[in-house]
Amino acid sequence: MSCVVEVEHLSFSYPDGHSALNDVTFSLGHGQKVALVGPNGAGKSTLLLHLNGIHPRQSGSIRVSELDVEGKNLPRVRALVGLVFQSPDDQLFSPTVFDDVAFGPIYQGLSAAEVHTRVEEALEMVHMEAYIRRVSHHLSVGEKKRIAIATVLSMKPDVLILDEPTAGLDPRARRSLIELLRELPQSMIVATHDLPMVRELLPRTLVMDGGLLVADGPTAELLSDPALLHDHGLEM
Amino acid sequence: MHANFLDPFQSRPSLVHSLDARVKVVLVVAFILTSALTPTGAWPIYVMLIAVIFSAEIVSELGLAFYMKRALLAIPFVLAALPVLFTIPGPSLLSLPFGLQLTQPGLERFISVALKSWISIQAAVLLASTTPFPDILVALRALRLPRLLVAIIGLMWRYLFVMVDETLRLLRARSARSATAANPALRPGGKLTWRARVAGGMAGSLFLRSLERSDRIYNAMLARGYDGEIHSLPVPAVPPSAWAALTFGLLLLAFIIAIGRLIY
Amino acid sequence: MFAAPLPMHIPDGFLSVAVSIVFWVISVIVIGISLARVNRDLGERQVPVMGVLAAAIFAGQMLNFSVTGGTSGHLLGAALATILLGPWAAVLVMTCVVAIQALIFQDGGLLVLGANLFNMAILGPFVAYPVYKLIQRISGGKPWGVFVGGGVAAWASILVASLSCAFQIALSGTSPANVAIPAMAGIHALIGLGEALITVGALSLVYAARRDLLQTGSAQPVRNNTAVWVGGSLLTLALVILSPLASSNPDGLEWVAEQAGFLETARDPSYNIIPDYVLPGISNEATATILAGVVGAFIVLAAALALAYARRKRSA
Repeated sequence: MSCVVEVEHLSFSYPDGHSALNDVTFSLGHGQKVALVGPNGAGKSTLLLHLNGIHPRQSGSIRVSELDVEGKNLPRVRALVGLVFQSPDDQLFSPTVFDDVAFGPIYQGLSAAEVHTRVEEALEMVHMEAYIRRVSHHLSVGEKKRIAIATVLSMKPDVLILDEPTAGLDPRARRSLIELLRELPQSMIVATHDLPMVRELLPRTLVMDGGLLVADGPTAELLSDPALLHDHGLEM
Repeated sequence: MHANFLDPFQSRPSLVHSLDARVKVVLVVAFILTSALTPTGAWPIYVMLIAVIFSAEIVSELGLAFYMKRALLAIPFVLAALPVLFTIPGPSLLSLPFGLQLTQPGLERFISVALKSWISIQAAVLLASTTPFPDILVALRALRLPRLLVAIIGLMWRYLFVMVDETLRLLRARSARSATAANPALRPGGKLTWRARVAGGMAGSLFLRSLERSDRIYNAMLARGYDGEIHSLPVPAVPPSAWAALTFGLLLLAFIIAIGRLIY
Repeated sequence: MFAAPLPMHIPDGFLSVAVSIVFWVISVIVIGISLARVNRDLGERQVPVMGVLAAAIFAGQMLNFSVTGGTSGHLLGAALATILLGPWAAVLVMTCVVAIQALIFQDGGLLVLGANLFNMAILGPFVAYPVYKLIQRISGGKPWGVFVGGGVAAWASILVASLSCAFQIALSGTSPANVAIPAMAGIHALIGLGEALITVGALSLVYAARRDLLQTGSAQPVRNNTAVWVGGSLLTLALVILSPLASSNPDGLEWVAEQAGFLETARDPSYNIIPDYVLPGISNEATATILAGVVGAFIVLAAALALAYARRKRSA
């Protein structure tokens, strides 16, 4: 089976010597949706930032859609890996929703007509077509999250990486975001503390703690292992 | 991602670190003034000044290499002084193409300016890396800076790291989406004006979010009884040992200035 | 990464003591007036607003966009702050930014801080304000007035500040006026374009999201800013008119530099303590330098020994 993401023996330590990732190995098949859970400081964010090369790799290998994540491939990899940051404010820095969603396509050098098509398609996928002329600054958190997802969908990524997508959302916004993630056909890695969402949405779970990948298996199995949950500071 | 790397303070148990911040600020400024007053070409004085600042650096236990690296910051500006090499009239040392004459007084002037800036920046690095920022604030207050300005600078320092973190996250989110198209014939990057507008949008959104944040901070201050008056604990008296250090330091600098005046 | 985006932060050593002191005096007076004005306009809100925005401008100076071949455009922010907050508050915000850069990050010197404050924290807003307001008035309140006004104000603030910087350096005799002024003006006419583009970008975001801040602005009271109008226009005109004059007649500035630089200029070596030739062929200058070198080496050695001793005592 060909994989969309393959990570092998990835290790990383910060300049101060603190080891953030220690020999992490996993792979993700096309269309697979996995959860990445673990306590704060476990290395989840560091791992996510490696997947599109924002953190330079120190040792081990990462491949996305058959491309090595390094050097000359990076500009292409950044389109294939759609990274949605925890705070949508960091991702929305243009006057209007259109400008924000169009950033990726314009940067890629696509034609004006193509940019418009991409923006419309991306907004349609997150059900925000009506917001195209709106001012990003005035949207609610839930709306901003959807637009932030659209800003990467407009680059036609093979895999979506979401950091804490449900943090700070009220129950209704959370519910509708979960439904959105269910609908999207892309492979995805979702880093989160929201275990009820994991159980409902993501059939496979990776557990990280102290820079190590300590468990990788079916969500139902892992989340019903009280010893595992307790050892790594997780709670249902 | 945390911008703590910005704080230049390096904790060590040294004598320089433990010296009262007020005294340190005065001595550093006096030292820079001494270097500014040193006549062009008074090489012995420059040697003395270098000896003094090196000694302080050694005693601060941060290592000379640390200071040398930080002192490089002033180098690019030295370009601005290059023309004096050729424009100050005097005996020519070297003829260059385009009719340029490297003159002896020009060379002396240039080296003097470069030395002054190199010596002065070391003193400034010494102050910033051996004094925690809150102590510098207290020193500014003791030196009669308006309280309001000190309060603003204090609050600025508190939120500097938050804002720099925010800016770095914005830049990271931008580079995460700066990609090439599937079609390799397309040139990525967009137009220059568009790139500038995007950076401007980031600045604008940073500004708006800061304005909103300042409202929240103001409310939090009101909630704790803030009434617009800046209250602060009285500044403790300068200990006798610090007075001694101050006197010794100022006398030394006065002596160096006096020699400079006397010989040159 | 947080280094000065503009070659405009003068380090210590480049200005004469006289020039440094004159600009300290001017800057202290203007900052004092700004404190009083902002205190009246914003009252008790000013500490959080000024502090957080100063932090934002400091951080905003890290925002960049690639221009070509590894060079990039940056934001200084004086014009943006002036348009959004009014000139007096902008002076305070920029004062905090420039002061922290010098005090903590050695971006610009301490003795010359008065001059750097004058260029970036005072002249910047004072130039940007009349330019922006004038163009906005001409536009009759149409949106283009905000963008064109903001862009031109940003460009002018950078250019005029760089002229002032060049004058200070020329007045100090550190660089001849006929080189420093055209060089600084040329570089900053380009850098100013980057500032203008990025400022317009920021204004279009604010215009979309919070138009209220730009329309007579709730954040900036429109009361009596005659001093800024008059002072800013006069300073701008003076620098713009004097620059070509000074570059074509550098002798004038050089004469001033000589008069102002008396504190540092070498005097006739008539007070020589050391006899002219100690050793045949070695001038007293060289002897004194060698002597100072020996003494200096002893001081440094003593410091190192004292440190080693103190360390041993501490670990014992």
